[in-house]
Amino acid sequence: MSTEITKERLEALKAGHKVLAEFSYEPPQIEKGYAGQTLYVNVSDNTIAARPVDDRMKSAFVGGRGFDLWLLWNAVTGTTRWSSPENEIVIAAGPIGGITQYPGTGKSIAVTISPLTDTVVDSNVGGYFGPLLKFSGFDAIEVQGIADKEVLVFVDGNAGTVQIIEAPEESVNSHILAEEMVALFAEKPGERQAVSSVSAGIGAEHALIGCLNFSFYDPRRGVARLKQAGRGGIGTVLRKKKIKALVVKYVGLKGDSTGPEDLKSIQDTGAKMHREIYERDSIMFEMRKDGTNHLTKIMNDYDILPVHNFRYGAHPDAEKIYSPHFQEHFDYSAPDGCWYGCTLACAKFARQLELRSGPYKGHVVTVDGPEYETVAGIGANCGIWDAHAVLEANFYCDTYGIDTISFGTGMAFAMECFEEGVLTTEHTSGLQLNFGNSEAMLEVLHQIARGEGFGAIFGQGIRRMKRFFAEEYGADPQFLQDIGMEAKGLEYSEYVTKESLAQQGGYGMANKGPQHDEAWLIFMDAVNNQIPTFEDKAEALHYFPMWRTWFGLMGLCKLPWNDVEPADNRTAYTGMDAAKVPEHVQNYVDLFRGVTGRTDVESGQDLIRMSEVVYNFQRVFNLKMGFGTREHDAIPYRSAGPVTDVEYESRAERYDQQLRELVGINPDDMNTEEKRLALRRYREDRYEKLLDAVYQRRGWTENGIPTLETVRALGLDFPDVVELVQRHTNGHG
Amino acid sequence: MKVLVTNDELCIGCRLCEDVCSQAWYKEMHPGKSSIRITSLGNAEWAMAVCTQCGDCIDICPTGALSRDKAGVVRLKKTDCVGCLSCVGFCPTATMYYHADHVEPIKCISCGLCAKECPTGAISIEVLPG
Repeated sequence: MSTEITKERLEALKAGHKVLAEFSYEPPQIEKGYAGQTLYVNVSDNTIAARPVDDRMKSAFVGGRGFDLWLLWNAVTGTTRWSSPENEIVIAAGPIGGITQYPGTGKSIAVTISPLTDTVVDSNVGGYFGPLLKFSGFDAIEVQGIADKEVLVFVDGNAGTVQIIEAPEESVNSHILAEEMVALFAEKPGERQAVSSVSAGIGAEHALIGCLNFSFYDPRRGVARLKQAGRGGIGTVLRKKKIKALVVKYVGLKGDSTGPEDLKSIQDTGAKMHREIYERDSIMFEMRKDGTNHLTKIMNDYDILPVHNFRYGAHPDAEKIYSPHFQEHFDYSAPDGCWYGCTLACAKFARQLELRSGPYKGHVVTVDGPEYETVAGIGANCGIWDAHAVLEANFYCDTYGIDTISFGTGMAFAMECFEEGVLTTEHTSGLQLNFGNSEAMLEVLHQIARGEGFGAIFGQGIRRMKRFFAEEYGADPQFLQDIGMEAKGLEYSEYVTKESLAQQGGYGMANKGPQHDEAWLIFMDAVNNQIPTFEDKAEALHYFPMWRTWFGLMGLCKLPWNDVEPADNRTAYTGMDAAKVPEHVQNYVDLFRGVTGRTDVESGQDLIRMSEVVYNFQRVFNLKMGFGTREHDAIPYRSAGPVTDVEYESRAERYDQQLRELVGINPDDMNTEEKRLALRRYREDRYEKLLDAVYQRRGWTENGIPTLETVRALGLDFPDVVELVQRHTNGHG
Repeated sequence: MKVLVTNDELCIGCRLCEDVCSQAWYKEMHPGKSSIRITSLGNAEWAMAVCTQCGDCIDICPTGALSRDKAGVVRLKKTDCVGCLSCVGFCPTATMYYHADHVEPIKCISCGLCAKECPTGAISIEVLPG
C-alpha cells in the first residue's frame, strides 16, 4: 500500500487552504554559522515576526538548545502550563548545524514546557528541519498560541515568506502527512529533499507522551522518512496548538551554506572523520549496518538490558531481538544518514513491513529504525522477543506521534502492575497485559490513538498512572513508586542502572528527567571501575553532562563522538581520558572555530564552559517552574536496587557478596527480605552522598541550586535569574 | 569502462600530469587541484594515484550526484553535490580529492589529457570490461 499522494488528493488539500497570515522578509546571508535572527509565530492571533539575535544571546547561549531555552524563558512565567497559550515550542539547529562535511551535523533541538514534567524539556532529533530553517534565515523558530482551526506554518526560505495556512484536509498521522507536505510544497521532484516538516500524529492528541516527527526526504527510496524528538511530550503540545505541521522549504544547499570562516578546516576535519568511519566502523560497532540496535547484545551480555520493567538485565530469549533479526527487514541499497554527510548512517530503513494490526492493517509500510531504545523498551522491557512486533509498534508510535521510550517503559510498568495484580482485565479493557503479549501491547497503542479505554489512562505517563492506580484501584503507592520507572515525571530510557551509582545519578540529576543523552557512565563506572570514589563520580557527572550538552548547543549528534574511535584512542589514553575521545574533542574544537571563526575557543575545556552556562540556566529554569531542587532529583528504587525478593534472589550471589564486602554485614543468617532491605539502606544512602558530591562539584547548594557565585561566574547574572536564585538560596552561597 | 591505468615504474616524477589536469579543469597549475597525484617514494621512485572508476562513491553519495556515464566513467554532477566529502572518505583507493577553493570534490573523469602529455607513457587510457 503506497502513501503516494494522488493528484486528486493534492487538489483537495489545496482547496481547503486559506492563508491566515503572511510575513515577508529578505533572506539574510548566513555568516559564520548564524542567520542573526529568529522567527516568532503566534497561531492565536496570527502574528509573525523576525527577531534579531543580539551579541549577548550569542555569547551566553551560543545557539541550539541555548537559544531555545532563552527564547522560552522570555515567553513563559512560573505558572505557565504545557497547555497554556503562552507556552511555546522552540526549535533550533545551532551554529555548526547544517555543515555537510562532518557526520552528525543536522540535528534540531526542540524545547517546550512539558506535559509530563510540567517544566522545561529538551529533545534532539535528526531530519532536515533545523538546518533548512537556518538556511532560510532563522536560527530558531518559536511557536506560541493555540489556533482556532487546524493550521500549517510554512517557511519558504527562497521566496522569503512565512505563512500560517488554515489546513482542514491534511492528514494528522505523520507517515502520510509528511508525504503530503512534500507533495504540496516541492514544485518538482528535485525539490523534495528541500522540504522538511515537523508533525505529530493522532496519538499525541490523546496522550501526554506525544513526540514530534521531523522529516527528511530520501530521494533514492522515494519516501519522506521520519526522525523523532521523542522525549517529554512536545508532540502533545504541537497538537494542543492545532498545528498539523511546521514546514520549511529551502532550495540551494551547498557545502558552504553556513557561511563558515574557514572551509578548509571543516573539509579537512570532515574528510578525516569519514575515513575513520570507513576504516573503523566495521571493526567496532557496525553502526552503518545495525544502527544503535547493535547495543542490545552488548547490554544483555553485561546485564544492563532492561527486562520485565527493569527487574533484570538479561534474558535467555534476548537473542531474538538482536541485530540479525532486523537486518532481514533493512534495505541497504542507499545511504542512510539523516543529514547530508553522515557516514555513520545509523538511521536504518525497514521496508516491506506488512502491518498486522490497527487502522493500517494489511498495509505494507516503511519505518525508520528501530533504535536500541525502541528495541529494548518495547521488546526486552516488555518481554516481547519478536522483531516484527517491535517494528510494528515502532511504526505506529511514530505515525501516531508517540514517544517509543515513554511507551516502552510505561508498558513495562503496566505489565508488571498487571502481573502483580494491581491491574486486572477490568482495568485494561479486557486485555491480558502480561509480559510478552505483543497483541495487547499494540492494542493499547491503538487505544491511545483512539483516545479510549486503558490506552487513554496509559497515555498520561507513569507518574499519573501511579497516582490513578493508587487513588482509583487502591494500589500500594510505595510499591508503585518503587517500580514505576520515572523521575521528574519522565519515563526512564532503557538501561539498568542498579550496579552503577554514577548512572543512577546521571539519570536522576538530568535536567529534563532520566534520559541517557546527558550521561552514560555505566561501563566506566560499573564494568571498568574507573571512577571508584564519590569525587571521581562527581567529576564524571560534571564533565560528561556538560560535554553532551554541547552537542545540543551546536545542532550536532553525539554518536560520531564516541560510537567510533580513532585506532589509537585506547592506547594513547586510559580510563576517563580515553572515554573523552580526545582526538574527536579536538575535531569539534576545529569545527567550531572553522565555522564561527571564534579564536578565543582553543580547547575542549572552552567547549565545556559554553555548556556550563546553558546547563546551569536550564537548572534555574526548572527552579522558575517550581522544580530544580534536590527533592526532584529523587529516583525510583528500582533504578538503584532490587525492589522485590524475587529480584534479589535472581542475583543473590552478587548482592550477598556486596553485603559482606561493602556493607560489612554477614548475610548468612538473614532472610531475603532482611538482606534486600539492608542493601536498600546502603544504596539509598550512597545515592544521597553522590548528590552531595555532584552538587558541590557543580557549584550548587546542598539543595541542588546553582549558587549566586556560580551564576555570576558563568555570566548568567541577568536580573531575573539573579532574583530567582537569590530568593531560593536566601542570598547565601 | 574507460579508465586511467598507471605504471609507477615508468614515472619519472615530472608531475606534468598534475599540471595538465588542474589546468584543464581549474584553469591553474596547482597539484592540489589535480585528480591524479604523484608522490615521491625516495630513490627516484614515484607512486601514482588516480581513480579506478570503481564506483563505490556512487553508493555513498547522499544526493545521487555521482553516477556512471555511458562510457562507464563515474562523473560528478556538481549542481547536485552538497560537498559532504563522504565520497572522499569512502574511496577505497583514496583518490577522490578536494580543495578548499571549491565546495565539491575533485573527480577524475578519464579524459586522458594527462596520458596524452605523459612523456614516458606511465599513464594510459584503457577500456576495461565491466
